[in-house]
Amino acid sequence: MKVINIDKEKWASGVESLTSTYRLFGPVKEDDSHNFKELKKGELPDLAYGNSKLSPKSAVFPPSEAMFTYSLDEKNENHHILNDVKKDYSPRAVLGIRPCDAKAVSLVRMNFDTKEYRDPYWMDAFEATTFVGLACDNPCSTCFCTSTGCGPFSEEGLDVLLVENGNAYIAKALTAKGEKLMDAAGFKTAGDDSAIAAKKAAAEAKITASIETDKLSEKVIMDLYDAPIWDDISFSCINCCTCTYACPTCWCFDIQDENKGLSGVRMRNWDSCMTPLFTMHGSGHNPRSQKKQRVRQRFMHKLKYFLDKYQKGIMCVGCGRCVQQCPVNIDIRTVSKKMNDYVAAS
Amino acid sequence: MENPYKAYPVRIDSIDVATQDKSLRTFKFVFLNEGDEEKFAYESGQFAELSIPGKGEIPIGIASSPTEKGFVKFTVFRTGLVTNHLHNMKVGDIMGVRGPLGNSYPLKDLEGKNIVIIGAGFAFTTLRSTIVYLLDPKNRSRFGNIDVIYGARNPGMILYKDELTVWEKRDDINMHITVDSTDDPSWTYHTGFVPTITETQAPKADENTYAIMCGPPMMLKFTKPVLDKLGYSHDKIIMSLENRMKCGIGICGRCNIGKELICKDGPVFTLEQLKHMPEEDT
Amino acid sequence: MDAYITKIKEISERLLKDGTVEAVIGFRQGTVPTMSEPCMIKRSDDVKDLVWDSNCRINLCNYLTNRKEKLAIVAKGCDSRNIVTHIIENKIKRDQLFIIGVPCKGMNDKNTGELQDNCGTCTHRNPVIYDELVGDLVEEQTDVDKYADVKKVEALSSDEKWNFFNDLYSSCTRCHACRNACPLCYCPTCFVDESKPQWVGKADDAVDIRTYHFLRAYHCAGRCTDCGSCEAACPQNIKVRQMTKKLEKDCSELYGWEAGLTLDERPPLDTFKVDDREDFIK
Repeated sequence: MKVINIDKEKWASGVESLTSTYRLFGPVKEDDSHNFKELKKGELPDLAYGNSKLSPKSAVFPPSEAMFTYSLDEKNENHHILNDVKKDYSPRAVLGIRPCDAKAVSLVRMNFDTKEYRDPYWMDAFEATTFVGLACDNPCSTCFCTSTGCGPFSEEGLDVLLVENGNAYIAKALTAKGEKLMDAAGFKTAGDDSAIAAKKAAAEAKITASIETDKLSEKVIMDLYDAPIWDDISFSCINCCTCTYACPTCWCFDIQDENKGLSGVRMRNWDSCMTPLFTMHGSGHNPRSQKKQRVRQRFMHKLKYFLDKYQKGIMCVGCGRCVQQCPVNIDIRTVSKKMNDYVAAS
Repeated sequence: MENPYKAYPVRIDSIDVATQDKSLRTFKFVFLNEGDEEKFAYESGQFAELSIPGKGEIPIGIASSPTEKGFVKFTVFRTGLVTNHLHNMKVGDIMGVRGPLGNSYPLKDLEGKNIVIIGAGFAFTTLRSTIVYLLDPKNRSRFGNIDVIYGARNPGMILYKDELTVWEKRDDINMHITVDSTDDPSWTYHTGFVPTITETQAPKADENTYAIMCGPPMMLKFTKPVLDKLGYSHDKIIMSLENRMKCGIGICGRCNIGKELICKDGPVFTLEQLKHMPEEDT
Repeated sequence: MDAYITKIKEISERLLKDGTVEAVIGFRQGTVPTMSEPCMIKRSDDVKDLVWDSNCRINLCNYLTNRKEKLAIVAKGCDSRNIVTHIIENKIKRDQLFIIGVPCKGMNDKNTGELQDNCGTCTHRNPVIYDELVGDLVEEQTDVDKYADVKKVEALSSDEKWNFFNDLYSSCTRCHACRNACPLCYCPTCFVDESKPQWVGKADDAVDIRTYHFLRAYHCAGRCTDCGSCEAACPQNIKVRQMTKKLEKDCSELYGWEAGLTLDERPPLDTFKVDDREDFIK
């Protein structure tokens, strides 16, 4: 680990230097909110932001992505055979990702990189990416990262952590990838990280919201599944995809063929366990036809199945996006508390 | 590493109407590229994604046996978008097969054991694969008694009739074929639902006897208590599940039930394992 | 507001205790300052949870579709108009409902905290149908220009309109919150979810996204009450009412129609009259 001091006046020229080696992604202000976009030439990430409306997961997992192309024209020699899509996996960097979103990437990796299969699209994008995080000095009122094993200064999943310090950033280059990026940007001045501890403590102290999960691991899956809490939790849900699309740890996708004339593309698109189509069989039978079943699936997956399967905590980093954006105010903290408090009748 | 989403190109080598009502057809595919058949090395109980560019993919249990070489075979029920299209395809058409996917029936663990295979309807496909595998001269001697209970709605809905007739005549497998009902006077086999036939025909449970079950939800629901009654312990009842699947490799998330992903951790589970997994239908 | 809340609790408790209804649909306290959560209260002990404030912007009629039990529902002006439409369209029966009418002075915008855009031009703040009111009727707004923004769009050239709507929907993620929050969108399978045939693509193509918004708006023509649930639900703050309001304006100009005011007349686009205007058909 290297500590580097970045004078804010040199930030813009450093970012400019990166563009010769990296495709850059960063928070960009659109109307009244920020989202992560690929930065245009000369564009700087807007680091004066709380957090982005949608999580930056799209930098490695786009909402829609081509997997293969094919021809349906029988005159074409290779008709009905899948062709790989040329993709740009040259080095890219996500600048200004919040620590919660970076931790989310490392949680999601467990799904895309398994001992049996490696998802080539997600993994190639992930491996090409250097994650430059920005510590949170001013967490939002809906942030509860400190109770999810994360925090406003968490380093998990990051290659560099930037900490704002007056007219400079203290940069901790945490990995070889991170050091390489700092070099490419020309950020070389040795720094001092002694100021970080106090800033970290101050930021953590600002987080008053929390999620209760301490008893979840000792619960029995079937007890929680059968618990009489789900009717009330799910009543208001309108089964939109707001929570799943905004969530940095939701990874489910659909595979669809999109044709235009005699050629087509096999795409993968973000999908959501909130929609009835998600589980509908070709026959029309749907094992999760009821709203209650779908809401239960989402929270059980995040707070119990994932926890039991990987033993790495819950599948939630406390970014608070679902809490802020749910049209009907279903709050994962309330749900977790109900699950955590539930005691099955013996 | 190869892209696990990419299907092997195949040519439809033959299409056979499998049932009288033509709702099922058996497709035999041959691999277009040399070496792909070897890469597609599978075991009985596994499935594959049949991939039709322009229409999509559909997960189907493999009906051929690993002992059958030169092709791979699937029997497909016509129901949704992709299967409707597949039923209209012709011999010689090009498409894809992606797999093999999922786990398999644990036949290696069943060596030296007696096996009762219980199936119904068009879920008999992976059980056909299993039977062909078990009866292969290289394999038969490694297993104990084999009983097969197979039911269909009526004689016209029975799959693989020619093979059933041959198996009937062998003395190293006990066939118990049944139909729900029939008015055909020449029907010489059982009449009645699978659970009822299981109760009278299945061997009594012992330490060495395992049941492999695959069929529609109703049949499974009513056969389980029969096996209980016969004394089968739940770790000796092996079942195959179906769920909506897309990726087939445990990544896309839709077949998640409890901690498991049906497409990768399953589709084969013991009843003992299933007891700890949510049953979404209820 | 406090008087309203007291009254809502009082009526709800009475109805649940005397068995008039099985449940009350209302709002409970949210977990963030700008939100209240729709809820269903089944036990009279729980009526204490009910609240009313300027964050009750979601249209509760959405929760009535196809319910069979006797229900009480807390309804502001727009909710009550959608209840009328629901009754006309056979989604609920009048005699199943006890409507707790809430005279409304408008909801606050979830982002700005100021009066919600649609509430600023609302001319039916009082419930049009109710069994009991929670307070005195409020004065209706009369001197408002409901369609000022629509007229601005109408005045654009066709290229400008194209760009306007392109920009309008550019941040749409197809989460379908607008559709799902809308009491009019109760089709068992929405056209965007239909696979046989598939009307629109499922990827992030701008044409597919526009198609969704345009067709949804047209499907609501003559039925939309401008309740604003769609915009309140949209996580991207897209002004989806720009499209539905244009159609509301057309229905008003062409047929003198306002949705959800009477149980005695069907919406203009699901009836035919010999003297219907047709000069807009080109």
